[in-house]
Amino acid sequence: MLNLTINGIQVTAPEGSTIMEAAKQNHIQIPSLCYLENVHSVGSCRICVVEIDGAKTLQASCITKAREGMIVHTNNERVQKARKVLYELLLSDHNQDCLNCNRNTSCELQALGRQIGVEESRFEGKQVSHPVDVSVSLTRDMSKCILCRRCVTVCNEIQGTGILNPQNRGFDTVIGPGMDLPIGSVNCAFCGQCTVVCPVGALKETASIQNVWKALNDPDKRVVVQVAPAIRVAIGEEFGLPPGTRCTGKLANALSMLGFDDIFDTNWAADLTILEEGSELMNRLNIALYEKKVTALPMITSCSPGWIKYIEHSYPNLLPHLSTCKSPHMMLGAVVKSYYAEKISIDPENIYVVSVMPCTAKKFEIARPEMMNKNLPNVDAVLTCRELGDMIKQAGIDFVNLPDREFDAPLGFSTGAADIFGLTGGVMEAALRTVYELITGRELPFANLHVTPIVGLDSIKEAAVKIEQPLEAYRHLDGVEVKIAVTSGLSGAKKLMEQVKDGVSPYHFIEVMGCPGGCITGGGQPRSQDPQVREKRMKNLYSEDESKVIRKSHENPSILSFYKEYLGGFPADNHLAHELLHTHYVQRGEFNQFIEESFVLESPQDIKRQSTQRVKETGAAQKSATSPKREELKPLNMLNLESENKHLKNKLSDAMETIDILKIVISDYSKQK
Amino acid sequence: MYAYTNSSTEDKSKYNSIANLIDLHKGREGSLIQVLHGAQKIYGYLPLDLQEFIADKMEVPLSKVSGVVSFYSFFSVKPRGQHIIRVCMGTACYVRGGKEIVEHLLDTLGVELGGTTADGKFTFEVARCIGSCGLAPAIMIDDVVYKQMTPAKVNTLLAKF
Repeated sequence: MLNLTINGIQVTAPEGSTIMEAAKQNHIQIPSLCYLENVHSVGSCRICVVEIDGAKTLQASCITKAREGMIVHTNNERVQKARKVLYELLLSDHNQDCLNCNRNTSCELQALGRQIGVEESRFEGKQVSHPVDVSVSLTRDMSKCILCRRCVTVCNEIQGTGILNPQNRGFDTVIGPGMDLPIGSVNCAFCGQCTVVCPVGALKETASIQNVWKALNDPDKRVVVQVAPAIRVAIGEEFGLPPGTRCTGKLANALSMLGFDDIFDTNWAADLTILEEGSELMNRLNIALYEKKVTALPMITSCSPGWIKYIEHSYPNLLPHLSTCKSPHMMLGAVVKSYYAEKISIDPENIYVVSVMPCTAKKFEIARPEMMNKNLPNVDAVLTCRELGDMIKQAGIDFVNLPDREFDAPLGFSTGAADIFGLTGGVMEAALRTVYELITGRELPFANLHVTPIVGLDSIKEAAVKIEQPLEAYRHLDGVEVKIAVTSGLSGAKKLMEQVKDGVSPYHFIEVMGCPGGCITGGGQPRSQDPQVREKRMKNLYSEDESKVIRKSHENPSILSFYKEYLGGFPADNHLAHELLHTHYVQRGEFNQFIEESFVLESPQDIKRQSTQRVKETGAAQKSATSPKREELKPLNMLNLESENKHLKNKLSDAMETIDILKIVISDYSKQK
Repeated sequence: MYAYTNSSTEDKSKYNSIANLIDLHKGREGSLIQVLHGAQKIYGYLPLDLQEFIADKMEVPLSKVSGVVSFYSFFSVKPRGQHIIRVCMGTACYVRGGKEIVEHLLDTLGVELGGTTADGKFTFEVARCIGSCGLAPAIMIDDVVYKQMTPAKVNTLLAKF
């Protein structure tokens, strides 16, 4: 333990802690802005400066280690003054359009100003004039960026994708993809982790709220809504409930009050996914182990659209390893516009499907041309959890005190296996519960059905499940040890994919979720100040699973009757099942060299215009359009003539000068004579 | 795979030299600047396609490559002229009339700062102190320093190229 003095109080702190941590443990909160516990501490904003006796300058407390005998002042006059100046400088080039900003009152910059008591702004700096960059999924408004670099850390170090990095220098610095390329035209996975950590309104999801209100207000539209498993343990935080609070019933009620016609559950389709993906896995194992033929193993899950976009860019040759299953909400959308439309005799053209997702990449997923059936998109709009929170607030619904409501039949019933789709390891566990039982006729041999080695928040987890005494039909799988791996976050995925690429992957089945922790902390989830938020949401989603009577997807009666009624029974290996529930992937390449598909949208502010032509040209054109050009360029030959003229004139005047001098010399000489 | 595969043999040989350069430097801490420096020498400038090529070979994100390219004024993403004019805007040159030289060149060449004339002859840049304060105001064309410039002298000088 270290002994130090903070603000005149003798305190102790563990060896190795920073001044900020030492202060926090002793009930002193040092104001900070760019610092983000466990994620980002580089001291770039300097707001957390403190005075240390003996040190010449103020030190950033988030990166300065506490030392024995240190005397620290966190709030004396010098520190207070410095903090205010730093804050005012941050504001000096910030677009202070606060009343029209969607982070108004949830902005960390605002909150900080309030905390340190800033009441004036004395400086005015150059404003960034970059156009707002809108893609199908993410929107970047660099005029609001304060260069804290949290997004840079998340994008480079946590996700390992490196889409966002500082460009240019000084006042011209912007955080973004290189060469002014719009984010919709590069290899961004749209995971949205940057939007979760952005303290201001610079990075956010591209809003879909207005489209959804419009559909809800259209009397000719049947508006169907579905919610992802991870939403139910996070939406409460938008209304001040503790992180992880289970709000399933309130959520369904609020959706009904918003005016949605059918309140369905993506969980239903998660159960469906397990049956489809499970049979696909058994099929591939069969081909590899029984027929001894070549097939793409390990098979990799395909529920996370950010992960899908990542692999399409970074490992285009590994696409056959992906399960062909659509992600659950796309399956549900497809089922609504076919099976359900027929059931209620409504033209699918008049159905508008809204998915409430913990994810920004889902906004990209619904824009994929592969996600259409009969020329209709499977899903029409995706709202993030944050956007749904906004809508509920806009509608004046008292969410916290709402009574519970059930989801609607027939696409609202789900098993516990579906709930855990929302967290890392969940899809794998759900699949194992079903696959093991289908092969052996016995329940998965783990306590409480939880595959403990793959529970938790480690980046890469692995396990092996041995198949013993299988049913007659699966006799060839007797004794086979199915090796599995689970990862969440794209840097973990990268490690596993390198193994697959090199042909040394020992696994049969890999679950990948694009965001660290899985959907519970997806890019569309509420921004939380609680460093334990992952653990809390995870714990509650597991209890949601445990609270269900049926906890295995293949026992969901609603799914089984869907197979029977519509697909001719399970397993359904027919055209309709393929069309509705399966998809294919496209090779994109790191620099989109394999496909010219752009996800850039025109900014609603009409600031910039994007042509649909090749994205690289777009980037270049944009660059030249923004750089001011001289009104008229003089023709080249005129330039040359002018310069030749000037040159000759100079020569002439030099010669005249010489003549004058010579004249003087001559006259002097002749006088002498 | 990249744009260079469709381009001229000359371009291909330049890309090959750059690939060799990368093999020499790859994996060494801080070698990106060396590679970019060399690549600009070989190719003349650093367009998007070349930056992608370098990002791919060096196994660093494109945004990092372009971050370095856009940070240092020495790197250019646009084609550069046969000759590079750099007007010194260090303190001594500035007070002795460097600014007038810049304005004169903007007019005469008809380009923006950093721009290249339509005939591809000159690229016009300003430099911080080039260490020739005794010769202020000084300009550099390629590697040669020209002293005590006036607009008239600049004209005379440019006419020689």
